[in-house]
Amino acid sequence: MDYIKLVLLGIVTLVAAMAASWAHDLAYQIHAMLIMVIAFGMFIWVLRRTDEPKPVPQDGVYSDGVIRAGVIATAFWGIAGFLVGTFIAFQLAFPELNFDWGQPFTNFGRLRPLHTSAVIFAFGGNALIATSFYVVQRTSGVKLWGGNAAWFVFWGYQLFIVLAATGYLLGATQSKEYAEPEWYVDIWLTIVWLAYLAVFLGTIYMRRERHIYVANWFFLSFIVTVAMLHLINNLSVPVSFWGSKSVQVFSGVQDAMTQWWYGHNAVGFFLTAGFLGMMYYFVPKQADRPVYSYKLSIIHFWALIFLYIWAGPHHLHYTALPDWASTLGMVFSIILWMPSWGGMINGLMTLQGAWDKLRTDPIMRMFVLSLGFYGMSTFEGPMMSIRAVNSLSHYTDWTIGHVHSGALGWNGMITFACIYFLTPKLWGRKQMYSMSAINWHFWLATLGIVLYAASMWVTGIMEGLMWREVDDQGFLVNSFADTVSAKFPMYVVRGLGGVLFLSGALVMVWNMWMTIRGAKPATATLPYATPAE
Amino acid sequence: MADRKVDEETGVETTGHSWDGIEELNNPLPRWWLWTLYLTIIWGIGYTIAYPAWPMVSGATAGVMGWSTRENVANDIAAHDGQNANLVAALLEADMAALPENADLNRYAVARGGAVFRAQCSQCHGSGAAGAVGYPNLLDDDWLWGGEMEQIVYSVTHGIRNETDPDAHWSQMPAFGDIFTREETTATVEYLVSLASPEFDATLAEEGAVLFLDNCAACHGDAAMGDRAIGAPNLADAIWLYGGDRDTLAYSIENARFGVMPAWGQRLSDEDVRAVSAYVHALGGGE
Repeated sequence: MDYIKLVLLGIVTLVAAMAASWAHDLAYQIHAMLIMVIAFGMFIWVLRRTDEPKPVPQDGVYSDGVIRAGVIATAFWGIAGFLVGTFIAFQLAFPELNFDWGQPFTNFGRLRPLHTSAVIFAFGGNALIATSFYVVQRTSGVKLWGGNAAWFVFWGYQLFIVLAATGYLLGATQSKEYAEPEWYVDIWLTIVWLAYLAVFLGTIYMRRERHIYVANWFFLSFIVTVAMLHLINNLSVPVSFWGSKSVQVFSGVQDAMTQWWYGHNAVGFFLTAGFLGMMYYFVPKQADRPVYSYKLSIIHFWALIFLYIWAGPHHLHYTALPDWASTLGMVFSIILWMPSWGGMINGLMTLQGAWDKLRTDPIMRMFVLSLGFYGMSTFEGPMMSIRAVNSLSHYTDWTIGHVHSGALGWNGMITFACIYFLTPKLWGRKQMYSMSAINWHFWLATLGIVLYAASMWVTGIMEGLMWREVDDQGFLVNSFADTVSAKFPMYVVRGLGGVLFLSGALVMVWNMWMTIRGAKPATATLPYATPAE
Repeated sequence: MADRKVDEETGVETTGHSWDGIEELNNPLPRWWLWTLYLTIIWGIGYTIAYPAWPMVSGATAGVMGWSTRENVANDIAAHDGQNANLVAALLEADMAALPENADLNRYAVARGGAVFRAQCSQCHGSGAAGAVGYPNLLDDDWLWGGEMEQIVYSVTHGIRNETDPDAHWSQMPAFGDIFTREETTATVEYLVSLASPEFDATLAEEGAVLFLDNCAACHGDAAMGDRAIGAPNLADAIWLYGGDRDTLAYSIENARFGVMPAWGQRLSDEDVRAVSAYVHALGGGE
């Protein structure tokens, strides 16, 4: 086994060395060198351990090491993503912050995908991988299937993040929103993602519970659909094996439609279905109450995943997209309203009989607030998909506000709450180091989101109205630059909202540090004895 | 399903499953939720009958309302054009120099030109037309190529120093960095400063005046008042396109400047060119 590994790592090192010397562009070259160094390091590491006795994995306990790493990675990438986000928010208000000396690396165009990918894929993705590994073990009554495969998923995913992020800064992008990484990074993510699917499915297959818990349906639909979306939207032909540039297989309006089919379902399956999986485990756990309605969870699950996949065209209203596709996208988006709310109802009503916890438990408060923002943005979304509304809101900051009320409010808050739930459990503490710090985090983040969303609503609607304002002879009244300068005060408010949200997250990191410091990793035993092999 | 039990807090039965201690209540679907879902579905079916929606073998259902975004926008444009057809025809016929005397037509032209300006010109000249470094202010009466209506129409139509229109305004100042010594540049700068500012070094400026007469006056004129026929700026009016401080002046002399404007006649309709010229003329500096 070790010899196969050595041969593989040796080949990877060699190919990466060739790639580094024949590279056509800087991003590809630096990535090749990075891969070469990593592969060579692993080669040495494996070589030193060849023919040594292997450590025997501990029997009868959950595989929690990878989840501990995931929780820390989530917090780390969260801070990185929020920091870049706050910085580019101020870049929009004060363009001097693009820095002449830092061009082209520090301009908004390169930092913006760095921010979106860092928060969605690095922060959100690590949170999803860590919590899904935790939940699937607990609700299946077995440890993760595949031994070290889970570690491969974790480190493979971190490598994907680093390749994507450095690629953006160095100018490698295929210019598709939320699918910017170039072909070789896409291929690597596909390998990692299939390993993730295998670990998850393997664990479910080995389960000792008769039924599959609802959280796992959501996680599974998220993993499977993201694999499909990723593969189809990234179909492209590299210009050269030794360069990062590639050419898309689809072109024109077909490419746009594929992109927004992908883009909308990145929201639908990554940020909604996956996070609902988190919700279905951690909310009943924290509230210590049964899930409100089994029936509702079945119906809203199937309705949600059936409907979401068709809603993408609402991103392309009034474009080259044919009217019929635009109508269908809008209709499916509106029918999606209730299935989305099913998750909110099931989450909130689970608190029946435990509402008093809102007064005493700041973590519960975070869960409830995240469900509130989830409900609000899944109402706002269908509303903005209506053509008449969209003709005002499209291309304005309203869209940015909508995304952030969902991302900061729903995804951010529920992830923070899960981190507060998991950290003491994984490191064997009774609770977080400071409960009042959680309270601080709650209010800082809430205030930050309110400033962010409110300022973007105001400036978005103002901008939309200014763009369409005509005089009595039917001529446009405002130039584009007029709308930009009118938005300035709201851009400053938005930046301040970002500062508050970031400060809350920093308080969380401090709290995690104090909780973990000096603690030993906890081992949790399986509920069922290991079967005889 | 063996151990169904009743939840104490709510009195609702559970489904009998338990995962890591999580149970599920057997609550029915909330009525309002279900009915709202049905309503949105019924509305959706109705909407897809009314509007173009379902893809077929070739094309898609057109919807009973006969609605189409392309037709809508074409109709809007046609309605707008129809409403203004007489004014557009009059604008195309008009003697531009006399346009300001025709109040109704001028009002239309200025309004239309304003919209063209905000969409096409404001990127360089500013949304208030006050210009920027290298992009002339169009509010004042300092014109490079002439401020009469016909001259503005010509500049807009053909542009300045572009490669696309053979009739574009064209002139080029030599880069004096190859001709002057550094001292000569400094002296010439001092002369230019002396033209519009009370604070200057008199001996140096005198030296510069001689250099100016020998090297610059052919284009910029003996009194440095410029020449609009060749777009040579007036250097005596304290209005500077690239800046009037000593460093910037020295840079301009040594490297020369080469401001370019596109030929808008190739991009805009004739009526839009005339309208935007009328707008610029009316901003305050029109002659």
